[in-house]
Amino acid sequence: MAQKPEIEDLSGDKYKYGFTTDIEVESVPKGLNEDIIRLISKKKNEPDWLLEKRLKAYRHWLKILEPTWAKLTYEKINYQDLFYYAAPKQKVKPQSLDEVDPELLKTYDKLGIDLKEQEVLSGVVAVDAVFDSVSVATTYRAKLKEQGIIFCSISEAVQNHPDLVQKYLGSVVPYTDNFFACLNSAVFTDGSFVYIPKGVKCPMELSTYFRINAQNTGQFERTLIVADEQSYVSYLEGCTAPQRDENQLHAAIVEIVILKDAEVKYSTVQNWYPGDKDGKGGVYNFVTKRAACRGDNAKVSWTQVETGSAVTWKYPSCILQGDNSSGEFYSVAITNNFQQADTGTKMIHIGKNTTSRIISKGISAGHSNQTYRGLVKVAKSAQNARNFSECDSLLIGQTCGSHTVPYIENENRTAVLEHEATTSKISEEQLFYCNQRGLTEEQATGLIVNGFCKEVMQKLPMEFAIEASKLINISLEGSVG
Amino acid sequence: MNGNRRMTNKKPLLEIKNLSASVAGKEIIKNLSLTIFEGQTHVIMGPNGAGKSTLSHVLTGKPGYEVTSGSITFKGKNLLDLSIDERANEGLFLIMQYPVEIPGVSFMTFLKYALNAKRKYLGLDELSAPEFIKLVQTQAQKLAIDKEMLGRAVNVGFSGGEKKRMETLQMALLKPALSILDEADSGLDIDALKVVSKGINDLDDGKRALLIITHHQDLLEYIKPDFVHVFAGGRIIKTGDKNLALELEAKGYTDFIKEAQC
Repeated sequence: MAQKPEIEDLSGDKYKYGFTTDIEVESVPKGLNEDIIRLISKKKNEPDWLLEKRLKAYRHWLKILEPTWAKLTYEKINYQDLFYYAAPKQKVKPQSLDEVDPELLKTYDKLGIDLKEQEVLSGVVAVDAVFDSVSVATTYRAKLKEQGIIFCSISEAVQNHPDLVQKYLGSVVPYTDNFFACLNSAVFTDGSFVYIPKGVKCPMELSTYFRINAQNTGQFERTLIVADEQSYVSYLEGCTAPQRDENQLHAAIVEIVILKDAEVKYSTVQNWYPGDKDGKGGVYNFVTKRAACRGDNAKVSWTQVETGSAVTWKYPSCILQGDNSSGEFYSVAITNNFQQADTGTKMIHIGKNTTSRIISKGISAGHSNQTYRGLVKVAKSAQNARNFSECDSLLIGQTCGSHTVPYIENENRTAVLEHEATTSKISEEQLFYCNQRGLTEEQATGLIVNGFCKEVMQKLPMEFAIEASKLINISLEGSVG
Repeated sequence: MNGNRRMTNKKPLLEIKNLSASVAGKEIIKNLSLTIFEGQTHVIMGPNGAGKSTLSHVLTGKPGYEVTSGSITFKGKNLLDLSIDERANEGLFLIMQYPVEIPGVSFMTFLKYALNAKRKYLGLDELSAPEFIKLVQTQAQKLAIDKEMLGRAVNVGFSGGEKKRMETLQMALLKPALSILDEADSGLDIDALKVVSKGINDLDDGKRALLIITHHQDLLEYIKPDFVHVFAGGRIIKTGDKNLALELEAKGYTDFIKEAQC
């Protein structure tokens, strides 16, 4: 009989991006209290209104409890044992890439983001690289500036565009929203800010690479995107993190405001360290992502490929307030080994003739557990709302779990809501067929899974789709037995 | 189809010696021996349900089949030591009875994976995109396969004939040393056979071998086998040339087997 490769050999510590960069980190002391928050705010030279916002959030956070409704089990997080601020030490802000710490640039090299090259390459992707918590290099800004587009770190936006930040920050995700969003509102360190002026179609994909680096540093990214009337932008978020034994907390907020006739596409590839094959280590990812279609005919589309993190708690949502506005959610989530993911979306229909579409593809392997949790809500005011939901699960092996929890709340009789769900396994016949054509089991699984996810992968921008497809293969290594 | 060929001064391509194999503890193949040389066409015939397909599964390494004794040598290597994909890349190709569907994966993508897997195995570089596309389109044209079909998902919504055509295309691209046409259960599809035989003939350089597993005799109108083997009771009970197939047709399996076993 044919001998199968030793599964253990394949499933070892495969995390390709597991390295740390030796850069001096400037941190405030461990723990969380009002003084720490004041210190963060001071280090960032923030205006008083922002400090007040932070403190208000912190005081509220002290009164609320961590949610327990998700189908996730993880060790209790000691919030006093984390650092809430770390920035690569730099005396003067770099004016160009030449002034950036070479160690840092090397890290980007390993990740495949050569900023120098990116700068030379003719404006396909602009990268606002976030290293730990502070943006250290931003390219293409000048080019975007010509059109009035603002793409910078949120810290810079606070300094240079305070009116915009003050108007929109927290307007989609208020600090009272949930435990993790509240924590973020108190201690967020940096993230990206995008403003697309009225009538402007952003000429390139905007891209941010996040990277968690300093040990024990909670990551509290804050992203705010504002698309003014009749504007368009496609935004890419890609993530890798170095390998660590300690669990790393990540609680980000992404807020998107879309005004009349504007459209935003937000794509994510997330491959943070998922922990080793025994479930040790890995990132805890508690993210609040929400888009508000405030004006008529506004459009938003979330596309995500999630392969990383030990624990994922994430529900990118769409508030469809403007008439005829539409929201889309395309998701591929892969869990292997001992990963857990409780993820889905919320579509809140408020305006007339609002439409939403949910395509969710979940792949579970190893001992992992995955839950799709989605809400489709149609308010009384939402005449003729339409939703289509499709949730497909693919199981690999005998020891993983997959769950689907769709919530529907409908208050309007004119609504038409459709929900389809399937659960399937990779069949032995499919594997044999691929093997017989010369593909290894790993290749075969990758191919079959990529086929299963195709509908979602097609929604990603080209260069992202290629990376995501490779990621799927890496994530499933060792999952076939 | 290929005519009779000499087998002198050639090494055997496939050598099965005293093979016994079982499925779920039940012995299906009993002490079977068979040798195939380069360029030869062999036909294994036998009644329905005799376990002829087991042979193709054991050869390709399909899970669930256990070899209990005997040996199989392919191109001088111990075939049983190789995984399914290694066997395939060594040049063993099974034209499936019922090729399975792979939703979302286009034939073009699938062909590229298969072709590159083999090239990698042989230590060759991957083909560039233009080279690959040209190669596939040239072969597809020969087999009257539409460009549109290449863009569709693997076997999804294909008719039986279309599936066989696509199997043949894969064979033509991979140029296997030994192709196995397993038609043991399905009724012999004459159109499919024509396509497959054309495929074999197109890539024929005098080296390609073919093993056909069937229970129908009609195929002799389309191919000229070098050897016909009658399979019964888990082994080959008689070997001959195409006249053996005619004899089978005249007598029917039951009488033929009875006679042969006396």
